[in-house]
Amino acid sequence: MSGQAFVERLKKVFGDKITGANFAAIDPWVDVAPAGLVEVCRYLRDEPDLRFDFLNCISGVDYFEPDAKKAAKNDWQPHTEVVYHLSSLPKKTSLVLKVILPRWKNDKPGELPEVPSVTGVWSTADWHEREVFDLSGVRFTGHPDLRRILCPEDWVGHPLRKDYEMPLEYHGIRGR
Amino acid sequence: MATQLDDPRIIEFDVRTDEMLVNMGPQHPSTHGVLRLVLRTDGEVVSEVTPHIGYLHRCAEKIGENLTARQWIPYTDRMDYLAGMNMNLGWALAVEKLMNLELPEKARHLRVLIVEMNRIASHLVGMGAYGLDLGTFSPFLYAFREREKILDLFEEVCGARLTYSYITVGGATADLPTGWIETCERFLAQLEPVIEEYHALLTTNAIFVRRTAGIGILSPEKAIDYGCTGPVLRGSGVDHDLRRDGEQRYTEMYDGYAFEVIVEKNGHYPKDHNYPAVPGSAVLGDCWHRFYVRMLEVMQSIDLVRQAIDRYSMATGSWGEPIKLTEKLPKGEAYLETEAPRGQMGFYVVSSGSGAIPWRVRARSSSFCNLSVTHDLCRGCLIADVPAIVGSLDIVMGEIDR
Amino acid sequence: MAEFLQAYLAPWWLAYVVAALVHAVLLINVVAVGALIFIWLERKVSGRIQDRLGPTRVGGKFGWLQTLADGLKLITKEDLMPEGADGMLFRMAPYISFCASFAGYLALPFADNWVGARLNTAVFFILAVLGLEVFGVILAGYASASKWSLFGAMREAAQVVSYEVPLGMCAVVPVLIAGSMDLVTIGQMQHGWFTNWFVFHDPFTFITFWVYFTCATASVNRAPFDLAEAESELVAGFHTEYSGLRWSIFFMAEYGSMFAVSGLAAILFFGGWNGPLPITEWLGLADTTNPVLSYLGNFIGMLNFMFKCVFGVTFMMWVRWTLPRLRIDQVMTTCLKYCTPIAAASFLGATLWTYFLPGGLILPNNAYGLVREGQLIDGPYPPADAEGPSKETANEKTAGTGDLISQVAGEHRGRD
Repeated sequence: MSGQAFVERLKKVFGDKITGANFAAIDPWVDVAPAGLVEVCRYLRDEPDLRFDFLNCISGVDYFEPDAKKAAKNDWQPHTEVVYHLSSLPKKTSLVLKVILPRWKNDKPGELPEVPSVTGVWSTADWHEREVFDLSGVRFTGHPDLRRILCPEDWVGHPLRKDYEMPLEYHGIRGR
Repeated sequence: MATQLDDPRIIEFDVRTDEMLVNMGPQHPSTHGVLRLVLRTDGEVVSEVTPHIGYLHRCAEKIGENLTARQWIPYTDRMDYLAGMNMNLGWALAVEKLMNLELPEKARHLRVLIVEMNRIASHLVGMGAYGLDLGTFSPFLYAFREREKILDLFEEVCGARLTYSYITVGGATADLPTGWIETCERFLAQLEPVIEEYHALLTTNAIFVRRTAGIGILSPEKAIDYGCTGPVLRGSGVDHDLRRDGEQRYTEMYDGYAFEVIVEKNGHYPKDHNYPAVPGSAVLGDCWHRFYVRMLEVMQSIDLVRQAIDRYSMATGSWGEPIKLTEKLPKGEAYLETEAPRGQMGFYVVSSGSGAIPWRVRARSSSFCNLSVTHDLCRGCLIADVPAIVGSLDIVMGEIDR
Repeated sequence: MAEFLQAYLAPWWLAYVVAALVHAVLLINVVAVGALIFIWLERKVSGRIQDRLGPTRVGGKFGWLQTLADGLKLITKEDLMPEGADGMLFRMAPYISFCASFAGYLALPFADNWVGARLNTAVFFILAVLGLEVFGVILAGYASASKWSLFGAMREAAQVVSYEVPLGMCAVVPVLIAGSMDLVTIGQMQHGWFTNWFVFHDPFTFITFWVYFTCATASVNRAPFDLAEAESELVAGFHTEYSGLRWSIFFMAEYGSMFAVSGLAAILFFGGWNGPLPITEWLGLADTTNPVLSYLGNFIGMLNFMFKCVFGVTFMMWVRWTLPRLRIDQVMTTCLKYCTPIAAASFLGATLWTYFLPGGLILPNNAYGLVREGQLIDGPYPPADAEGPSKETANEKTAGTGDLISQVAGEHRGRD
């Protein structure tokens, strides 16, 4: 199935939940609105000719340039992306989904952006989402147990955000 | 145990048994590093296992946002430190995919040769450490004896024995030294008969079979659902190996190589070698099968190394000059998974196109996903089965915590 | 020896006290030096099994001072105790273990009548006191205030208590054949050719021996039955919280018990101090009244016995470094479903065999060989003509202890 036809089909089913697509990229991706993510994922997994039964990876990418001079050169506005790499073991195909979020919920710094959790679709999303929450600071609503996974529970901040500053001290250990 | 009732003067004595929370790790002999498992036990029976990870977290991904693509190679070594070459390869291929870099033929065969050797080394440790988990010490040292020779070979190639940084973006840091191929062939000839000893000591040992067969059964559906990969997935009978089913950029390395994916099909494994039979008590997806797949993959890798040696010797051209340290990355993003010894190792690289330093790097670790199924496998097992199950997943904490 | 000392020491009880002390010192040396040697041997044997060298440097060529150096290190280590531990029990536990293991030696004959105390219930006594070792382990596990230790202790309790049953049944088989619980008598009955050894008495005793050895391995906590300290599951089991000297006392107790059960196996099944060939008889060293010659005969006998014990211990080491560990339910299954019924059946079989073929099948001179020489009269022990032999026994005992001294000293010399 060509990329264009595939996206047309998704659009027919989900309407405006599919917000865009990029076919020129090395790994072509489909943009999904947060509200429709779980439905889209379930559809991709269950549809007999798609069968994306395997979630490879969830990554959070923060687009933000703290340096104003450099930021002026960028062709994008600050935002956060959650990238889902899916593949299908029976069909031997792969797919990339992207959810584009504001860096902060309601543009209030400190309030994490929210995405519905896909734990119900793929169990492996459990740990991946915890990791994205921990490191990139995205809140997955509906996640059964959204705790930090790699950083200590009392860690402050989300290290993979571009405006993250390493704490000067953590429990008496020098940080910087 | 005394229970206090409402009236503080009355203390009722009864025999009540409580569940006990036990911390297995982070300092525990059989958690393969600094994994912490919180066990909820009722006597010897474990009702719940909660893994706690992150004790080895270095945020390598953050470090990667401050280094150029080639500079990050040493950090990939430290992920799965038992298979550094495979980690190097994963990252190198992902960056090459982003840069759309094609490699000369000789470089591809060199890479196959090196990563399959590393796979042997890694599976040997996995096998030995699994014996250790089950309480037998000797196979561990036997495995190390053989692995040592591989490390010697690697040392000749790149000067390092654990963190190689050998395979790099654009090829490898150097060609194989002269005479290396002959030493390698001698080693393979030595290794092949020794594998049978391991089969006698572990695979077919009655106690070993009793400890592993039918324990920690992972159904294929669950394995896929939890994103398990590598021998854990194939041990459950799912026919999936990225060396055959992966992206073209990766599978073209193995073009023309004769190998069969090690997986049980219609009740038996591919019969290229004289393998011991599957015991009757083993169920597909149990610890025994996961171990067995690893053992067979050692034989498979020996085969692949031999084929790679032939092709490498025949191939002409360069062994693949690495790119400049400051080579600019094009704008874009690429994700690529390779079949590392412990499963599919994926690297995701995002570049803003402004320089040599990637905007974002991400490592999808195989052990991370394999470990996430632990709580499901260990439900209702005995305490002694916990090391058996965790060991059969063959995790490396450096890769999980990154 | 007490009788001998009574001639010199004024109050009669003092003689007994001195005699007991001498015996105890001799035996404790056997245990301590034995443990030293066995730990060294274990490291060498495991090293060779694992394709490495083992200790090579400390004390010359074979690293035979390694254990001593380790001992020194352990003495200098801090004696740690967890905060929540029950202090008195925690401190006591290793000694209880060691004492139990050590007390077994009291009734273990090293050669004909070279025994700390010749008891007419020696088999029973040894099994009983070795079984006490479990108390030390349980106390250690309970008092450590560590969950892993507690697991170890509970496993040990379950395991050892169950394995006592088949172990006792197996030990009863040679007792039944000999008609005596006295180890010296049992040993004497097996003199002559190796075909007189009880292990070759009939097929049932042969089976019994293997069951006995399995159970003995389990009851002294050696792999593949070392569940109480299963390092890959329970960190170190009952001795997780122990350090330094206290830990090493547990270690010594373990090796002491290994030696004791191997010694018991040697006497019950492998003729004790009797060699495979009746060499001492050919040389005229047996049944002689000449003190020097009987001395020499007994010395050779002791070497025989020691060799068998060391072989038994080495066999346990071999097993330990080869096999994976069983799980607790499998250990209990092995005991209750296999060892106990087999031991019971062998016991029954041996009973019938001795009833219908009292002399044994292979060599019928087994029993009446002894009768001929006037050692086995009707009734096992004490001999009916108690007047004559008792003096002899006393002399031999004296001689025995003297030799033990020289033997121990010799060991020291050999190692210097």
